Amino acid sequence: MKLSTVLAGKTFTFRSVKEVLAKANEEKSGDILAGIAATSDLERVAAKLVLSHLLVRDLRENPVVAYEDDEVTRINQDSIDPAVYNTIANWTMAELREYILSYECTEDDLHRLSRGLTSEVIAGVCKLMSNLDLIYAANKIRVTATCNTTIGKRGCLSTRLQPNHPTDNVEGITASLFEGLSYGSGDALLGLNPVNDTATSLGEVLRRFDEVKNRFEIPTQICVLGHITTQIEAVEKGAPTDMIFQSIAGSQKGNNAFGFSAETVRQAQQLLKERGTAKGPNVMYFETGQGSELSSDAHFGADQVTMESRCYGFAREFKPFMVNTVVGFIGPEYLYDSRQVIRAGLEDHFMAKLHGVPMGCDCCYTNHMLADQNDIDNLSLLLASCGVNYILGVPTSDDVMLNYQTNAYHDAATIREILGLRPIAEFERWLEKMGIMENGRLTNRAGDPTIFVK
Amino acid sequence: MNQELISAIVEEVIRQLMASGKIDLSSSNEGACEDIASPACKAAPLLESPRDAEALERMMKRTTARIGVGRAGPRLKTQTLLALRADHAQARDAVMKDVAPGVLEDAGLFTVQTLCEDKNMYITRPDLGRQLSPEAVQTLKEKCIPNPDVQIYISDGLSSTAVEANMGKILPVITETLESKGLKVGTPFYLRFGRVGAQEHIAETLGAKVVCVLLGERPGLATAESMSAYITYNAYVGMPESKRTVVSNIHKNGTAAVEAGAYVAEVIAMILEQKASGVDLVK
Repeated sequence: MKLSTVLAGKTFTFRSVKEVLAKANEEKSGDILAGIAATSDLERVAAKLVLSHLLVRDLRENPVVAYEDDEVTRINQDSIDPAVYNTIANWTMAELREYILSYECTEDDLHRLSRGLTSEVIAGVCKLMSNLDLIYAANKIRVTATCNTTIGKRGCLSTRLQPNHPTDNVEGITASLFEGLSYGSGDALLGLNPVNDTATSLGEVLRRFDEVKNRFEIPTQICVLGHITTQIEAVEKGAPTDMIFQSIAGSQKGNNAFGFSAETVRQAQQLLKERGTAKGPNVMYFETGQGSELSSDAHFGADQVTMESRCYGFAREFKPFMVNTVVGFIGPEYLYDSRQVIRAGLEDHFMAKLHGVPMGCDCCYTNHMLADQNDIDNLSLLLASCGVNYILGVPTSDDVMLNYQTNAYHDAATIREILGLRPIAEFERWLEKMGIMENGRLTNRAGDPTIFVK
Repeated sequence: MNQELISAIVEEVIRQLMASGKIDLSSSNEGACEDIASPACKAAPLLESPRDAEALERMMKRTTARIGVGRAGPRLKTQTLLALRADHAQARDAVMKDVAPGVLEDAGLFTVQTLCEDKNMYITRPDLGRQLSPEAVQTLKEKCIPNPDVQIYISDGLSSTAVEANMGKILPVITETLESKGLKVGTPFYLRFGRVGAQEHIAETLGAKVVCVLLGERPGLATAESMSAYITYNAYVGMPESKRTVVSNIHKNGTAAVEAGAYVAEVIAMILEQKASGVDLVK
C-alpha cells in the first residue's frame, strides 16, 4: 500500500488511508473545521493520486471507524457479498472509477457491483469523480422501492410534499397540503416535520393525512417526522402511518447522539409490519447530511464525505422506501457556499445510488450560507437530470417552521416539463382524474387549493 | 419640453385620475411601488379566480406559509419571486452586517471581540466564536465590576438586525428589574462575533454568578429580528449545554422586547434563588 507520492516535483506522504480519504476531498468548510482538510490544492490532488492507486481491498480493510467499536462498520462489512467483492478486491480505485464510467458497465452490472462495495470504497471512488462524472455515473443507476406505490423508476421525478407549520396547527397544515397537491406535489410522500415531538401531536397530524389520503383516494405515502421513538409510541397508540422516519449518522456514536440504534430501527420495522397502513415492503425513511457526525463529535477524525457514505451503508440494511440528504441545512461551517452545497448534493446522490439506496435530495440552504434560490434551481435540475428519486416541495420555497429554503411546489412541475419526467404513474392518473395535470403538464385548474375544499 | 411644463402635466393627470377614482395616493409614498414585503401585501392572495375565494381567505389565515400565490406557467408570479428575494436580502443583511455603531453608543456599551477576526471567520469557525481574545479579557477586567450577581451582555450571534431592533428596549427593563430586587448587576457590554458558548468564558473572567447573553438568532424569511436570551448559573468552560436556560422568539411578532425583558428578569431571579439553570431549574 503506497501512501506517498511525488507530484509536480514535491513529495507528499500520508500516514493512513483515513488521512488520504480526508485530504482527497473537494474543499469543504467542515473538513477545515475538523482540522483534517488538505492544506493546499496540490496536496488535495496528491491525496487523490495516492487514492487512485490504492486497491479496493485497502479501503475495505481500513474502515474509518474500527469494526469492534462500531455497529455501522459491522453492518456495512457484514453485508458485503464475498463473491462480488473477490472479483474486484485487487482493482485499483482508478480502475474501479473507469469501470463504473465505461460503456461495458451496465445498470445491472452496477447493481451487482454495489453488493461488493463498502461505504469507504464508494466514498473513495466519489472523490475521484468530477461533478459531471458523478452525474453520468448516477444516471446509469435507478433504485426502486415500494411502499404503497413504487418510487425511482426511470422517467419519474417524485416529490415529498412538506406542509410544515410553525405551531403544528392541523388546519394550517392542511391548507399547505392542499396547495401542494394542487401543483401535483406529493407522490413520494405527504410528510410533516413536527414542532411538537409528542405521540399525541404526531397522531393528530397523521390522522388528518390519513383522512385526506383516503377521502381523495390519493395513491401516495404518509409520515410525520418526529423522533423514531415518538413515532413508535404514536403507532402503538393507534396512529395510522405508512412509514417511520429517522435522521441517521455514519457512526454508532452519531446515531446514539440522535437517540437511537440499529435495534430501534428493527423495532420500528417490526411494528410497521404488524400495524402500519402501507403495503410495503419498504417502510423506512431516513435523512442524512454531510457534517452531522462532526457536529456531534462522532466523526472519528474522518472526513464528512466518508461519514456520509457510511450513512448509506447503514441505511441499505433496512431497505428504506426513501432516503434524502438535507444537503444545505447544516450551515456554512460545514458547507460554506453554493459551490460546496452543489458538490455535496451530487456526491450524496451518487454514493447512495451506488449503495443501492433509493435516494432523494432536499436541495436547500439556510440564510447564513453563501447561497440563494438560484443555486437550488441549479442543483435540483442537475439531480433530476441524473435520476434523483425525489426532491422536496414547500409553498414558494419558504419553510416557515424550519426557517430554511428548499424547492417550491412549482419546481417539480417545471423540471418535469423541461426534462420530460413524470410523477409516479398511479399518482399522475390521480392528478388527471382531479383535473390538475394533462399530458404531463399542469392544467388551468392547477394551483388552486380550494378544489379540495368541500 | 421644460421641466416645469412636465411637472404641470403630471400634476394635472394625477389630479384627474384621483378625481375619477382610478388611483388613490392618500398614503404618503406618492408615486412609489407598493411594498411587497409588507404583511398587508403578503396577506392578499395572488391566485386569480379560485374556485372558492372565501375558503382561500380562510386557509391563508391559518398559516404563515405563502399559499394562494398562483403561478405564471409552472413558475412563481413576479411579485412572489421578488418578495422572496426581498425577505432573503433582509436575512442576509442581518447575518453579514455589523450592528450600527450609533446603536451601541446610544446604549452606552463598549465593544469586545472573540477570537474571530472578521465575519467570514465567524461564520465558518464556531469554535473561535466561543473564545474571547486576550484583549477582550483585559478590557473586561478593566471596565467591568467584578463578581456581579448577574452579568448581562449583548452579542450579534447571527443577526445584527435583532440586536438593533430589540436591545434598546429589553436591556433597560432587565437591568432595572434586577436592581430593584437589590441584585448586583454587572457592567453591560457588546461582544462582537459571539456564539452562545462565549458566555462560559465571560462568566469565568468576571466571576459572575449568573451570565445572560442577549443574542441575535439565525434569521428565517419571516423575520430577521428574533433574539434569544441564554442564561446560565455558575457557567464554566466545558459545561454541558443542558445547563442553559433559554428564552427565545423575542421580537415584535413573538414576545415583544419589553415583555420579554420582564420575563427574563424573573427567570434570572428564580435561577439565583434555586442556584440552578437549564435542566436543573424547577419552573
